[in-house]
Amino acid sequence: MIPGKLRASEVSKADYYRGIRMAPYDLIKELAVATGAMLVLVLVLSAVLSSPDVPSATIQSWARADPVDLVTTAAKELAEQSPVAQYGPPYNTNSGSVQTLGPIQPQVWAGVHVSVNAPVDFVLEPLSQSTVGDQTLASNLATFNAATPDQQQKWLTAYITALGGATLTDNQVTVASGDYGPVPVLMGRLLSLARSGGLDALLLTSDHFYQTDYSRPLLFMSDGTYLSGLAQAQKLTGTQWGMMNETGRYPGQAWLWLYTLWYQIPPYNTASNADLLVVLTMTVLSLALLLIPFIPGLRDIPRWIPVHRLIWRRHYQELARRHAVRSSTRS
Amino acid sequence: MPEPGWTAAIRDRLTRRLSIDEVLPTRQPAFVGSWVYVFGVVTIAALVWVVASGCVLALMGSAWWHISGLGRFFNSIHFWSVQMFFIFMVLHLWGQYWGAGWRDGRAKTWMVGVVIFLVSIGTAFTGYLVQQNFDSQWIAVNAKDAINSTGLGGFFNVLNFGQMYGLHVMLLPIGVTLLVVLHILQVRSKGVVRPLGDPYVPEPTAHAGPVQ
Repeated sequence: MIPGKLRASEVSKADYYRGIRMAPYDLIKELAVATGAMLVLVLVLSAVLSSPDVPSATIQSWARADPVDLVTTAAKELAEQSPVAQYGPPYNTNSGSVQTLGPIQPQVWAGVHVSVNAPVDFVLEPLSQSTVGDQTLASNLATFNAATPDQQQKWLTAYITALGGATLTDNQVTVASGDYGPVPVLMGRLLSLARSGGLDALLLTSDHFYQTDYSRPLLFMSDGTYLSGLAQAQKLTGTQWGMMNETGRYPGQAWLWLYTLWYQIPPYNTASNADLLVVLTMTVLSLALLLIPFIPGLRDIPRWIPVHRLIWRRHYQELARRHAVRSSTRS
Repeated sequence: MPEPGWTAAIRDRLTRRLSIDEVLPTRQPAFVGSWVYVFGVVTIAALVWVVASGCVLALMGSAWWHISGLGRFFNSIHFWSVQMFFIFMVLHLWGQYWGAGWRDGRAKTWMVGVVIFLVSIGTAFTGYLVQQNFDSQWIAVNAKDAINSTGLGGFFNVLNFGQMYGLHVMLLPIGVTLLVVLHILQVRSKGVVRPLGDPYVPEPTAHAGPVQ
């Protein structure tokens, strides 16, 4: 900066634009025209293309479409073998889905805040609320609860193994004979409850009248293969660039393309802590975007690659003309 | 001698920086005629219809658009306005990048613009979560792992419709709108940056320096 001179950011606009031709400008008219044109555009798009709305899946639709998957998922919840039962914070104190990067363990540091007890919340509590008028269920539930954890695990492990060869008879899941204790009765009742739509409601209940938190039903559904199968058909899974896709043939969150990209390439696509790596990568990139004015190199690219010659083409032509006139006047 | 007090200080600062002539100019540098300046205005135009259609959807309730043809139409306006908003916002961002719009004391304007972009992504994301259809369910169960990995899952629970709905129809749109107003005032206060390669050159004055 020349001593005694004001910087460009400190001078008046009249001084800042010295030597630049000014032209009439109607800001409000420009905004009004743009708003009107945009309205026409979105009205046409809405009338012609509408918008996507694939109905939500329910536990009831799951029970009807794939009862074996629902029963297998429920048995794994009861045995604490499901992804959610093993998840870790913020749902429980396990570590199955905890992601860390060296000493960086934000998931562990934050702790449990949305407490989910998979066997109780997804299976035992809904069943215990359905025992009224059902002595068979009540006594089988009492048998299961009275058994030692070892005995419960033996029944459940044998039953889950047998579910590999399960068949469907009269809307009930049937497995080969074995020592499963009360588990088949419990699972049979849970399936009936799910088929009736009752389990959808029971997983939403709390000690409040109004319900807006779908954590439990969604977590339960996410442990099965039904939901992911529907997503696969709609090209919404992670390996299908799912985060930026939308159901049907509609554009989705295309602005998440970079976020989604990382999940498709090494080392992210094979890392067990891929989510944490992607989030950290995107945080660094977002900060870089924010701080471009202060980052040498990044802030200089527009000078090195002259896209601005296109943006201000007329201005540079005018400058060149003025320069030519000045030169000819001097000579 | 300036009048004492906080009110007077803020009023004087605003008057100095934002006269009505600056906010509503009738003359601009001729280079503003370039097509790249249209993107910012069109982004605001799209935001107008995002907010307007969103107000109708909020007024009628979260389930309305699933059961009403008119509701579906307003949802479509909301959907396509959002798509247009992002398309033109990204074009505006690229335009400002290639013109190095942060020069001559405009770094804060650039930074507020980037924050608007990032907050808009969060706002759209919560919108996808509160559609109450299959897309919402799938996005929620997938996104939870990324949010949980940061330790924020217990505080920003994407499976909690009530929390996401409040954020989407209230807090985040207010945030985006206020930031856009701030961004516009920043642009109006400083004016558009001069073209690259044609910098501001201070004019020598009588007080420029010591006489040699």
